[in-house]
Formats: sequence, C-alpha cells, structure tokens
Amino acid sequence: MQKVVKQRMMALNGDEAVAWAVKQSNVDVVSAYPITPQTLIVERISEFVHNGEVDMEFIKVESEHSALSACVGAAAAGARAFTATAANGLQLMFEILYITASLRLPVVMVVVNRAPSGPINIHCDHNDTMGARDSGWIQIYTEDAQEAYDSTIQAFKISENPEVLLPTMVTLDGFFISHTLQNVSLLPDEVVHEFLGVRKVPKIKVPEIHGDKEVPLMLNPRYPLTFGPLDLFDYYFEHKRQQIEAMMRAYKVIEEVHREYAEISGRSYGDGFIEPYRIDDADVVVVGLGSTMGTTKTIVDELREEGKKVGSIRVRVFRPFPRERLKKVLCNFDAVGVLDRGISFGHYGQLYTDLCATLYGVKDAPAMIDFVYGLGGRDMPPKLLKKIFEEVLEARVKGPEPVFRIKGVR
Amino acid sequence: MLEIRWHGRGGQGVWSASILLATAAIRTGKYAQSFPEFGPERTGAPVQAYNRIDDKPIVIHSNIYEPDIVIVIDPTLLENAKAILSGIEPGGHLLVNTPESPDQIRKKLEVPEGVRVWTVDATTIALEEMGRAITNTPMLGALLKAVPVVPLDAIKTVVRERWPGEVGEKNIRAIERALKEVKSG
Repeated sequence: MQKVVKQRMMALNGDEAVAWAVKQSNVDVVSAYPITPQTLIVERISEFVHNGEVDMEFIKVESEHSALSACVGAAAAGARAFTATAANGLQLMFEILYITASLRLPVVMVVVNRAPSGPINIHCDHNDTMGARDSGWIQIYTEDAQEAYDSTIQAFKISENPEVLLPTMVTLDGFFISHTLQNVSLLPDEVVHEFLGVRKVPKIKVPEIHGDKEVPLMLNPRYPLTFGPLDLFDYYFEHKRQQIEAMMRAYKVIEEVHREYAEISGRSYGDGFIEPYRIDDADVVVVGLGSTMGTTKTIVDELREEGKKVGSIRVRVFRPFPRERLKKVLCNFDAVGVLDRGISFGHYGQLYTDLCATLYGVKDAPAMIDFVYGLGGRDMPPKLLKKIFEEVLEARVKGPEPVFRIKGVR
Repeated sequence: MLEIRWHGRGGQGVWSASILLATAAIRTGKYAQSFPEFGPERTGAPVQAYNRIDDKPIVIHSNIYEPDIVIVIDPTLLENAKAILSGIEPGGHLLVNTPESPDQIRKKLEVPEGVRVWTVDATTIALEEMGRAITNTPMLGALLKAVPVVPLDAIKTVVRERWPGEVGEKNIRAIERALKEVKSG
C-alpha cells in the first residue's frame, strides 16, 4: 500500500476546487461556456491558462452545444478534454451528450447542479443531470468541495481506462457547494500527474484499412479512421450493446480508481459507490444524493443520541447504478426514506424509481417512501430532515403509504 | 460549532468579510465554511453572508437558522429588526456598526435578554483610516473582540494577501481600531 502524501490545505469553494483539479490533471483542451453557478470554474481555468500556469488549450465558443462538440473533436484526436456546465447549458448539449458516449470518448464534464428553467432559477436541484442519466455518461454526485476535487481527478482515470472509454459527469450542488468556501486538501501536482499520467489511446486493428498494423483509436491523418458514421440496423445495435457492456465493466474500474486514490490521499467515500453512515444496527435509513447527505449525517447523530436507531446511505455513483450493493444493504432495514431532489413528472423521483426497480421481487425488501424536496434550491433545513426521519420510523408500524411525499413546499 | 450571519447591502462586502474570516480560520488549523445568501447579486439590496467555524470537519450544508453571532455592517439595516434578530438566542452576540451605544441598540431593536450587544462606529473608522465607508473589514476587528474566533495575526495575513500594499495596511489599521473601540453592553 502506498503512503498517504502530504497535502496542502486550502480555503476554496466547490467551483475553485474543481478548477484546481483540472489544473493538476494535465488536461489538454478545455472548452466551455459560462453559466451560473458553474462560471467560476471556467473563470479560474481561463486565469490559469492566461497566466501560463498550465499547458492547455482553452477554446472559447458561442454555446454549450459547441463547447461539448469541441471536446468531442479534441478527445477524438487523442486529447484529454474537459468542460463544465449547468442546467440549461447541459440541456443545450443534449444531442452531443449521446454522441460523446457513443463515440466512446473519455471526456470529463463537471455539472454544477441547477434547476432547469422555467421559470428561470439559478439554484440547486438535480433535474438537470437526471435528465441526462440515460445518455451513456458515468455520473458521480459529490457531497462537498473536497469530494468534487477528488472525483474530478478520479473521473479522468475512470473514463480513460480502455475497459471503459466512456465520458464521466461529476456533479456538485449549485451554491450549496459551488459557492461555499471550505477546507480543501490539494494533492501535490506531481502526485496527480503520476496518478493520471498522460492519456493513453488504445491501439486497434482495422485490417480492411490498415492491414496487420495496430493503429491508435483516434483521429490521426497517418492512420485515418472514421468516428460516428452512418450506422443503421446493421451495426447500431451492436454498438449499443458495447456501451451497455462498457458500463458494466466500469463498476470494477470505478472501485479500483477510488481505492487507489484513497491510498494516496487518505480520503475515501464509502466503497466509491455508496457511503453508508452509522447503519450497522439501524432500523431505518435515509438514502439520497449530494450535499443534503452531509446535513443528514448531523441529524443521524442527533437522533442516535436520542436512542433512535437510524442511519443514512449516500449514493455517490448514480450511473452505473450500484444496484447489487444497494440490494444487499437495503434489505437490512425495516423502512427506507428516499430523498429525491428531482422529479420525473407523472412518476416519482428518479432515485426512488431506480431503487424500486432494484428491490423488485427481493425477499425482505424494506418499506420505501419517496420524499421529493429542494426543487429550485429550496433549502433542506435540519428540522425538516428530522421530521422525515420520524416519518420513516413511523412507516415501520404504519406502512409506507402514501409512498410519495413532497416536503418543504407550500 | 460557531455559526455567524453577516448583514449588509449588496456591494458592501459581507461575503468578502466571511471569506476572509473562514480563510483565516482554515489557515490556523480550524474547519470553516463561508457562503453568501444564495441569489443573484443586487447592489444596494439587503444581503447576508454566513460562516461556520469548528475544530472538526463540518458536514452540514443547509442554511444557518440559529446563528451564534449576528454582525450588521450597515446601520440603515436596523430598521428591519425582525430580520436582524431572526434565530438569535440567549448566549448569542449582536455586533452592530453604529455610533449609538449598546444600550440604545438593545432598546431600539428590543434585543432579547441574554444576547450580548456590541457596537462600534465602523463607518467613521473606515472614513478616517481608508477614506471610504468600507465597513466589512473593521467589523472583523470588532468580532475578534467579542468572540476571539481566530488570532488577529491570521486576519492580518489574509487581508495583506487580498490587498497587498497600502490598501491592506489601511484595512489593518481600521481592523485594529475597531477591535479597540468596540463597546459591549
């Protein structure tokens, strides 16, 4: 096991922490368009570029559609590419999201979660990235600025692994994390450089064009290849099957990268997929994503002091969904409260839906309630969280009905 | 854990003051958060900023509802006593930039028993030391007198980093004066 390295404690907000991660990750190309609450990320990066602190190409573009398109081009040419966005910007990228994943390009994007318009709102909810959950990107939801930094670095290593070759989206809660300054430990530059190395492009054989020669899987005039051509019912489905399988292989890679990073940094987030908190003898738990789960830990502590057996589980990786882990752990409890900072109109919150699918037909599955909260940045006050725990405890006796409850709304 | 709420007007630097304080705390080995009232910036409108400071890692990410310390850097905000006093409980501190005495402020705002009131004329100090009515940094000095959250030297260091040269020194003089001149009642 490697020794934990000495680190530099900084006072940074979530956006700045991400910018530092990008600065240290030997990124070749950044292309982005400013949008609140993500703007600080690209502002800081452009300062690093302007000051000559990084050897990086910063491509200014006229929209998010172009920002991600530029990353696609750069990544297809073998570059390590990064972009960042939020809400409406992510929605403008929608077409290119699918293209990035389908072309198996290891682009890393940080999305600062912001409620989609309209009415126009700049604050946090998860409906923006939830809308992109089926686009073929790996999704990591972080709890604070430190984790946003750590996860951004990890994302490059996960995405570029030849077993994976999928883009990764790292998210942090708008304002709650993006604009909150906190303690952030930064690894030394050289440690990050060594951890990530430079991007290695896999070599492939294309006998029809290049004979026996192994050629790099990238746009290279010496060994021409075509990316993303017409692909009808003859091969499209096979390519989708490869994406499905790559996501399945990502489980192992995400876990390994998380472990390897923990050995260097001394920081880990559960097993990399789910982060349980005081669940060992718990009767009930609350499950959720993002910064609210930090606040939840403080409520778990309070309720534990009152003698209530409660715990929490934060889902860190949402795609690929840690279904086996959750299936195994959730059956230990009588009741589970699911915190959804998003909603599929006409159905439930996205996390609840996925947990239902995970637990379908499982013996000893817990009673489960969906609590939709915090849309448009509405705060989750500690008192409301406490009430939610009480309702989950009550469900042990009274059952989970109604399973759909909207909290903190007038 | 110590929770602080800053009241000012957009452009007066409450967020900057909370960043300086959190940065100084982090430099001295503590854990801290600084965040603005989440919203678009509106010059002149009442705005708030927040701090959490603790000896152990801070995991809470909700707003602050029951601050231990409330700091008002603009006396014209005192008209809205309800907003100023919201959530403050006995044992807490109210620090106000005003030429008035702590007793006058206590009566005017009907400050609850057990909340300690501190006043300092930060506007005059700022005008005399910096030539501009910038009251966010002097109020940091007043805070250090009321509750010594961080050593004065740590504040001086982050102020000098933020404003190297004469501007930083002027700010430090204002901070030191506010620390001396703040009165409690």
